[in-house]
Amino acid sequence: MIRLWFKSGTPWVWLNAAAVSTCLIMVIGVLGLIVVRGAGHFWPAQIVQFGYQEPGKDIQTIIGEHVDTSITPAAMAKSTGHIMADDEDTLVQYLIKTGNRDITGTDFRWILERNIKQQQSPAELMVVERREWGNFYGQLLAVKENGKIIAEGDQAWPTVQTRIDQALAVFEEIAHLEKKEVGAINYSLEKLRLEQKKLQLENRWDAAAEQRLAAEKTELEVEYKKYQTQLIELYRQIRRDSLVAKTETGNEVEIPLAKIVRVYQPNTMDLFDKIGHYGSKLGEFLTDEPREANTEGGIFPAIFGTVMMVMMMSVIVTPFGVIAAVYLREYAKQGFITRLIRIAVNNLAGVPSIVYGVFGLGFFVYILGGNIDRLFYPEASPAPVYGTPGLLWASITLALLTLPVVIVSTEEGLARIPKSIREGSLALGATKLETLWLTVLPMASPAMMTGLILAVARAAGEVAPLMLVGVVKLAPTLPLDGNYPFLHLDRKFMHLGFHIYDVGFQSPNVEAARPLVYATSLLLVLVIVGLNLSAILIRNHLREKYRALEG
Amino acid sequence: MTEQHTRTHAIDVSSILQVQKKSSEPNEPCIKVENLNLFYAQKQALHNVSMEMPKKKVTAYIGPSGCGKSTLLRCINRMNDLVDNVTIEGKVLLDNENIYDKTVNVAALRRRVGMVFQKPNPFPKSIFENVTYGLRIQGINDKRILEETVENALRGAALWDEVKDRLNDNALGLSGGQQQRLVIARAIAIEPEVLLLDEPASALDPISTLKIEELINELKEKYTIVIVTHNMQQAARVSDYTAFMFMGELIEMGTTSELFTNPRKKQTEDYITGRYG
Repeated sequence: MIRLWFKSGTPWVWLNAAAVSTCLIMVIGVLGLIVVRGAGHFWPAQIVQFGYQEPGKDIQTIIGEHVDTSITPAAMAKSTGHIMADDEDTLVQYLIKTGNRDITGTDFRWILERNIKQQQSPAELMVVERREWGNFYGQLLAVKENGKIIAEGDQAWPTVQTRIDQALAVFEEIAHLEKKEVGAINYSLEKLRLEQKKLQLENRWDAAAEQRLAAEKTELEVEYKKYQTQLIELYRQIRRDSLVAKTETGNEVEIPLAKIVRVYQPNTMDLFDKIGHYGSKLGEFLTDEPREANTEGGIFPAIFGTVMMVMMMSVIVTPFGVIAAVYLREYAKQGFITRLIRIAVNNLAGVPSIVYGVFGLGFFVYILGGNIDRLFYPEASPAPVYGTPGLLWASITLALLTLPVVIVSTEEGLARIPKSIREGSLALGATKLETLWLTVLPMASPAMMTGLILAVARAAGEVAPLMLVGVVKLAPTLPLDGNYPFLHLDRKFMHLGFHIYDVGFQSPNVEAARPLVYATSLLLVLVIVGLNLSAILIRNHLREKYRALEG
Repeated sequence: MTEQHTRTHAIDVSSILQVQKKSSEPNEPCIKVENLNLFYAQKQALHNVSMEMPKKKVTAYIGPSGCGKSTLLRCINRMNDLVDNVTIEGKVLLDNENIYDKTVNVAALRRRVGMVFQKPNPFPKSIFENVTYGLRIQGINDKRILEETVENALRGAALWDEVKDRLNDNALGLSGGQQQRLVIARAIAIEPEVLLLDEPASALDPISTLKIEELINELKEKYTIVIVTHNMQQAARVSDYTAFMFMGELIEMGTTSELFTNPRKKQTEDYITGRYG
């Protein structure tokens, strides 16, 4: 009976199905976890006010978000030093995000459930998201202008809303002036300095040049003065207002509005308010720059850096890989040497990525970059231009890393083009080159795209080599901006993969940043999926166009 | 067409010949093959072949599989150059010029000697682009010239009426017979002097085969045609001259009616009467 069952193949089918479902469950599990943990981060949580009494002490108030619950068996709790009553089976602890790091020194606090005497969610509790020191939790008392109270009690909340909107508008203006306008002036000034030095080095520094540069410099300085007066006025405006709030211990704290990103009262929000809040937080996450050592704010520079780097890599690796594959398949005499080259290429794919990073640093950055600096940028010395990790070297290093994939799939694509098509073209008087360009390469383009898709998938997820050749924790400027020549390949950049590592393990406040790790992971996955999907769409279009002859 | 078929139909050949008597006056030679030897690595595929193919006539190569007829055909436009380890000795003269001379531009030669293969091989492009492929390579991009050429070539290949409304459709959407005629149109669009047809109908159904044969009859007004075929009836129907090859050697060549009705060699007679092959 059993033997018959085995012979029927049913167990084999079950085994196969089990393997497939395990894979599916794991994929869904991974995505599910990061979606739930990451996407939930932006939802406004209730603020709870606990009446908390430790044995033998007075009752105290704790205000914060309930983040996590841990349940420990009695025996284990005893062994870690908790005093347990005989009838207690478990020790229940709550993790509360209490914020106010500037006052208490921590963001989080564990409390014991049995010590909680009361628990409520008063409507007037508010959350203040600040640019420094993390969230503030407490109760709004008053709004001040130039140190004088202008609204109190019920009036305070609406006043704070309008004043914050004003302050944010001013803040945006300041950011724009400092980053864009003043940034551009600084960039031009630095260029002038370099030009002067270059002229001096080349012994072409004369009165005419001096006059010209001085004139340009004064012009820039006049412009700078103009912006500076504007900035001073804006800073005066933004520093004018502040709010006064009461903390859980009853202390009064004054927070300048200049330091505030948003204020909200989650306990009074209805579903639509919450959805609106979620949307604005998500928008901030996607489009803003990071704050507070990357643990708050957005990750736009990292998204931008990742996409930019992958695109640069594609632009570099595709022609290189295709040309190499064409030579190997179409021109090189097939024999021992080509076999050797193929083996070498395939083995390149197996080299650990960090080794590429080391190679990139040693060869591209120090040797190539160093020599470029010596030859073309002597005026910048001792500051390196290309002799330091940057976008260009990171892209080239990753291009090297993904080169084997592109070569192998292009070669396969070329091999699949029927001989009859090539002969047809040659018989019409086309040379080998014309045949290649007009017929063979277009027909092999889907295969090239397949190679590129695999390359993108690999490159977008690579972190280790990038840490050596260009990625930084915080890049002050994007590699693409409005200052000529617009694309700055020498600049360092941010990367989602490295951002995850940095936020999750290198930030001062790991606990608070953990949801951000999931959110960033989710985004990294989405970015890679997006990049791949666009490549796949292009490939399918090409496939349709150059449908193979077979069949 | 399989050997089996050839054999069963071999008897009808003479009757077909009676119906369409071919003119057999001698003609000025267009292609001359002189003492051609061809080796694939160590293996000799052609043994000292010499023959003449007259201008604006159809010459057919017949013979059993592997006798070297396709190899010989591919010598005329130097397609064998593409094969690794091939050595060619002797001469092929096109208008008294040796095409194996070192100074010959192979691409230019292939423009003069067009070729159609056994399986239709249109490019995965539009019908229009397929026909203009050869012209574009020569750098002709004038839209008016291209359109005119496409119409003439497609009419010449008896395909115009079937595809004139869908010139921009992908050529791979055509039927096998249409594809083969498109490939012929593509070849005649660059106005070659010679057309080489390598079993052009062997992958087609009988109706398409008939159309191709009618087309060959029309094309010989303008082009010198060399056709390789397995099918002796086909050779008898379409050709003016026939060469019988066996084991890499040219056994006998003559006007088609002579070769089929009155072969000089015993081997030829055995083959056309279906005794072997």
